[in-house]
Amino acid sequence: MIEGAKWKKWLWFYLPMGMFILGLLFPFYWMLVTTLKPDGELYRPWNHPLYSPFWTSAPTLDHVKSLLMETLFNTWMWNTMVIALAATFISLFCGVIAGYALARLRFRWAGLLGTAIFVTYLVPQTLLFIPLADIIRDYRIGDTPWALILTYPTFLIPFCTWLMMGYFKTIPKELEECARIDGATRWQAMVYIILPIAMPGILSAGIFAFTLSWNEFIYALVFLSSPEQKTVPVGVTSELIRGDVFYWGSLMAGALLGSIPVAFIYSFFVEHYVAGMTGSVKG
Amino acid sequence: MARVLLTNLNKKYDETHAVKDVNLEIRDREFVVLVGPSGCGKTTTLRMVAGLEDITSGEIRIDEKVVNDLPPMDRDIAMVFQNYALYPHMSVYQNMAFGLKMRKFEKSEIEKRVRQAADILGIQALLERRPRQLSGGQRQRVALGRAIVRHPRVFLFDEPLSNLDAKLRVQMRVELKRLHEQLETTAIYVTHDQVEAMTLGDRVVVMKDGVVQQVGQPLELYGQPANRFVAGFIGSPAMNFVPVSISGAGDALWAEAEGLRIRVPREFSSRVQAGKRLTLGVRPEALRIANGSDAGAADYTFATAVDVVEPLGNEILLNFRAGGVPMVARVDPGVRAKMHDNLHLALDPQRLHFFDADSEAAL
Repeated sequence: MIEGAKWKKWLWFYLPMGMFILGLLFPFYWMLVTTLKPDGELYRPWNHPLYSPFWTSAPTLDHVKSLLMETLFNTWMWNTMVIALAATFISLFCGVIAGYALARLRFRWAGLLGTAIFVTYLVPQTLLFIPLADIIRDYRIGDTPWALILTYPTFLIPFCTWLMMGYFKTIPKELEECARIDGATRWQAMVYIILPIAMPGILSAGIFAFTLSWNEFIYALVFLSSPEQKTVPVGVTSELIRGDVFYWGSLMAGALLGSIPVAFIYSFFVEHYVAGMTGSVKG
Repeated sequence: MARVLLTNLNKKYDETHAVKDVNLEIRDREFVVLVGPSGCGKTTTLRMVAGLEDITSGEIRIDEKVVNDLPPMDRDIAMVFQNYALYPHMSVYQNMAFGLKMRKFEKSEIEKRVRQAADILGIQALLERRPRQLSGGQRQRVALGRAIVRHPRVFLFDEPLSNLDAKLRVQMRVELKRLHEQLETTAIYVTHDQVEAMTLGDRVVVMKDGVVQQVGQPLELYGQPANRFVAGFIGSPAMNFVPVSISGAGDALWAEAEGLRIRVPREFSSRVQAGKRLTLGVRPEALRIANGSDAGAADYTFATAVDVVEPLGNEILLNFRAGGVPMVARVDPGVRAKMHDNLHLALDPQRLHFFDADSEAAL
């Protein structure tokens, strides 16, 4: 009986789980192994007798060194961090306040407005960057971090608003009513009661917004041009692909190092993040 | 300490008229219960007193002051919610202290009041816990504690016992009553449970469809219901209603239905005319098994066959049909009756009710 259960658990749980994890981690492994391979191994054709795509016999840090020494990678990391944090902060602030208003205040067209905000999220960036480029030129903020800090919220605010609206709706409104009877103003009730309870939701929205801005490509590509202003995704692809030469080792090193902050944030907040996705605590 | 006065109070939502012309005076230190089926406007009325709903028209005064446009925080009231509404991210102590903190009380005063309330409710040992670590009854006590630390002028209760299991509910009901005696604060209590209403209320307000049906002391509502709705709502099992037509003349008027012929008691004869259609109301406890001494009082007996017997221990409920409708009699546990037994039942002529068939008002 118990033996059978163990066997079944292996077959239906550990095995699929293992395959899933393998599939998810494989890209990271591929980045790592490509980073560490010397050029000689990297450019070996597939029919070479020593062809080994999945491991390396002579690991080297040359690609990492050239990425850090010969390119502006550190500057790109810094740019990306500043831009992502600023855009996330702006979007989170607006999203929390708008989400609260849409979820809680009874005013005309509240439902319609909520849907309208969601619809703006569906407008593709590939369509929006043309008019936005015009605006950025008019305000003379092209090729500065502001070009991204101010444009990322165009897709982050609808996203955060929508997520927060859903989260606020799961918090019983009696909590707030009770606070207001207890002597809090509407604003105090939000700050002391609703926001602390909504923290998992706010964190999830923040992590999502941060990830989206960290990885964003097209606005960064269009609105920034000088190498020292670029973000990691654009910097790596534009400076490490010269003509038709791909510096695979350094490219992969850039991708690997660039994904560390996001992975770090996810692992740090993972519990809150899951709670945020699945609803709030019961009163 | 506080008197609450509702004058011509109305609440309209887009399509529904939730509360219609409610006039009510809640006296100082009185415990008033609003009771009625769901959607009768009792909770809306309470929320208007709390300041959580706007008032469409009318006036609410707490002591002599009109509070219509006062925000909840300035009304000096406390409210206990059905789901307790404890702040999940705060400890029990912080939950109870929150209202005092918002009102900028001294730390030592907050501490003193919280301890005092915790003593009254027997939750001293729980002060450091979080709400999610508490049982339903404990949460209920914390919610009460949060209300009493503030020493408000009026307590509002919105179905505070509905989420508790039956046994705990009875226990908390008694405690609430004792608490009210102890604190001597005006209280308005909303419930859909008529037993709660009858046991807790100094006076009970029965509502239906946003209209106050009757206001009175519990036994007054039970003994002299103003209309058929109140008669049916108060008391369990509910009053039996038999549609009857009136025949005869002068002092000898008879209420007749299929298999049932009852003499109309003299006190009703001025208000009842022959040919009129009425509803006869009989409480299950106003019925008993007829015995030999009733032979002369055939005016108030009838024959029937038992449908179902419900032996409850302290009493027996007999279900049967008479006058074309199913009825219930509540009889002595000594009675030995079985299904399909033929019985003679006697009505207590002092405890008959007649209602107008159209307006449903009591005669």
